[in-house]
Amino acid sequence: MKPMTLFYRRLPSPLHAARAGVAALWVAALTVAALLLFHPLVLLALLTGVLWAGAGAGVGRPLLRSLRTGAIVWLPIVLVNVLVSREGVTVFARLGSLGPFGQGNLTVEALLYGAVIALKVTLLILITTLASLTIDPDELLRILRRLSFRSALTASLATRMIPVLVADAQRLAEAQRTRPDGPPRGARGRVALLRAVITGSLDRAMDVAATLEVRGFASASRAPRLVRPWSRHDIAFLASAVAVLALAGCGRLAGAASFNAYPELHAPVSVGTLVLCAGLIAAAALPFTDRRGID
Amino acid sequence: MSAPLLCFEQVSYRYPGAASPALSEVSIEIQPGEFCLLAGLSGHGKSTLLRAACGLVPHFHGGHFAGRVTLAGLDTHEHGPARLGAFAGVLFQDPETQLVMSSVRAELALALENRGHSATAVARGVEEVALALGIDSLLDRTTHELSGGEKQRVALGAALAGRPRLVLLDEPTSQLDPVAGDELIGLLRRLNQEWETTIVLAEHRLERCLSSVDRVIAMDRGRIACDSAPHAFLEWAAKHSPALQTPAAKLFALTGLHPAPTGVRGARATLRAHGLLPEECPPQPVGRSKPKARARRAAVPPAALECSGVWHELHRGPAILRGVTLRVQPGESIALMGRNGAGKSTLLRHAAGLLEPTRGRIAHAGRVALLLQNPGDYFVHDRVADEAPPQALAAFGLTELAQQNPRDLSGGERQRLALAIVTGSGEAPAVLALDEPTRGMDREAKAELAQELRRRAAQGQAVIVATHDPEFAAACAERAVLMADGRVIADGTAAELLAGGWYFATETARILSGAAGALLPEQGAELLRARADGAQIPIDGEQRASAILPGVVR
Repeated sequence: MKPMTLFYRRLPSPLHAARAGVAALWVAALTVAALLLFHPLVLLALLTGVLWAGAGAGVGRPLLRSLRTGAIVWLPIVLVNVLVSREGVTVFARLGSLGPFGQGNLTVEALLYGAVIALKVTLLILITTLASLTIDPDELLRILRRLSFRSALTASLATRMIPVLVADAQRLAEAQRTRPDGPPRGARGRVALLRAVITGSLDRAMDVAATLEVRGFASASRAPRLVRPWSRHDIAFLASAVAVLALAGCGRLAGAASFNAYPELHAPVSVGTLVLCAGLIAAAALPFTDRRGID
Repeated sequence: MSAPLLCFEQVSYRYPGAASPALSEVSIEIQPGEFCLLAGLSGHGKSTLLRAACGLVPHFHGGHFAGRVTLAGLDTHEHGPARLGAFAGVLFQDPETQLVMSSVRAELALALENRGHSATAVARGVEEVALALGIDSLLDRTTHELSGGEKQRVALGAALAGRPRLVLLDEPTSQLDPVAGDELIGLLRRLNQEWETTIVLAEHRLERCLSSVDRVIAMDRGRIACDSAPHAFLEWAAKHSPALQTPAAKLFALTGLHPAPTGVRGARATLRAHGLLPEECPPQPVGRSKPKARARRAAVPPAALECSGVWHELHRGPAILRGVTLRVQPGESIALMGRNGAGKSTLLRHAAGLLEPTRGRIAHAGRVALLLQNPGDYFVHDRVADEAPPQALAAFGLTELAQQNPRDLSGGERQRLALAIVTGSGEAPAVLALDEPTRGMDREAKAELAQELRRRAAQGQAVIVATHDPEFAAACAERAVLMADGRVIADGTAAELLAGGWYFATETARILSGAAGALLPEQGAELLRARADGAQIPIDGEQRASAILPGVVR
């Protein structure tokens, strides 16, 4: 069976070597930057930084695949925005009267604003993918278990059970294909198949519940705090997270990333903008240059 | 004698809604440091007894419970599985449902953290159990990418992490290949000997572990039918429950030798002492018979299934099959053997058309019916009658069960229903392929299945069975194919292939060093009788043979 590629797997990379809490903070910093900043050039710089980070973490290929899959999202965003938005002054196509929706004038500004929103969404998808591929969910949930044990363990179980249930469903579908008359057809057949899948999942859940019982789930106490020395990668990613947050905050406050689409396009490229772009790329990529102690 | 670690006093238990009790008036005591084997046919109460020992019965399953179970002095009726888990580690059959975390390290740590151990104790416990089980190299791996054997070792590690005094195991080797299964049993023996861990192991393939255990508890319809040392158990099984006899014990019983051996070493020692041990012969080369092309064209009938240079290469991944060439004649029965991941299941999926070869060609003379590993995966209806046509149900003796829910059937009945589904009622399939059909089956059910497969082969169907069980392979196949790393590495008669190995060999063959290709106890007994009679190999004389074989069957 083809291995699942969108799940965490320990790889020799600085991001995998960093503690989950710091790695999560670093990813959160990138997310905040992607949400705060609107200037297309700055967002492209951030995209470069994220892709660079993915390559440095050894997950460049699934990240690129995620970028391709992201087209399913960003293409409709651009199309919907250009069709729905009535703002902007530079009309590039006139569709005439659209009845209750008014005049169908398509503007360059609406097109570009849609593209910027799509870029932000793509960035968020990529950052989420990067997080799911590089942050140890058990370690992360362990931190959350100190706050809410049962919720975190449920989340952990769900994470673990997804590949198991996917494999179960594949096995069941395969078994149905080996019937001489093929899988059950029609609405009744599909309902019967769905019921079989659910029954199988419940059986699995019962077995897992029994395992949890004998591992002491019922009397579970808060996970103990782990005392771990700070590695060079913990420090590097923490510094990077602070730098990304500072750059995003300062860039926003100083207007280095100012962008307005309506009524007219306004995206000035100043020295500050260029410094911000370079700073974001460097902050995202620099922690990956030190590859000592990553195994 | 010290206080028992586990004690059952007149325990009876009935699952909710069940018509008959799963346990009836069970009374046993297990002392610290004992290695006990639970024997019995499927559905006779082994798993329930283990679940009662760790408190899952009745706390988790409900039902009607009577009597008293104490574990390390704690009454299981008053203390739940979580509390009892500090004293008893549990390993169930399916490793997939026993791994609840994403990484091996977190899995091993979970039970310790749940019990409130300090961070230092957790770290130390994880490290120690990983070293003890040789899984330290897996600590940073994710659990879903482990092999079946690795998953089972990690699950065992999770059960052992708190250094419990008692370990309860429910058929832990049923999903493992012979190598991984033997490794696991060896590991349990080591735990028992080096750390005095008490072990209670439920297992169907008794020959795998009988020589390692101190005591055997046999169950029959929820009652303790026998509780004794391994030798005495074998004597009891010969008289009262032949289905529980190991192949070695059966070989000795058929030959009239005493006492029944608990393993290969003991059997060989007895045979050597009696001058009956066949000479150690060097392993015979087993290869692919390649008849000359002209002769093949002239004599060989059309194949039921022919795989020619079949490759299965994953995109950006390894090759699972590497140029497999296999020709199966109508009426031929083949056992496909090899370790987990050798490519057996993939080859069967190709044969049935579930997968397309990336290179090579597959041809078949008719339909290929494939029975996959889990019969339950075929059941989508509430009634047996809705799953398969009446003729197919009748062919497998399931007509009387037509109104039952498929999920309520026994293991053997489920297997038969799945066979009825895949074979259908129309045109009989040219090839019947089965993927690990004996997982979790007892010896009686295996014998029934082997008989059914032999019957189908006699009717002209080609039968291919992927199996880890050499005894089953010997019982149902005339030809054996050994696969490794996606290739066919040996192909010959079952007598050639299953007689000349350590892992892929029957117990009889290992005892007799593969002499005369004897695989099954009946064949071995015939060989030994011939030796005793001096007909084949001269021994000390007829007189001595008669003296040592008083009850010889002639």
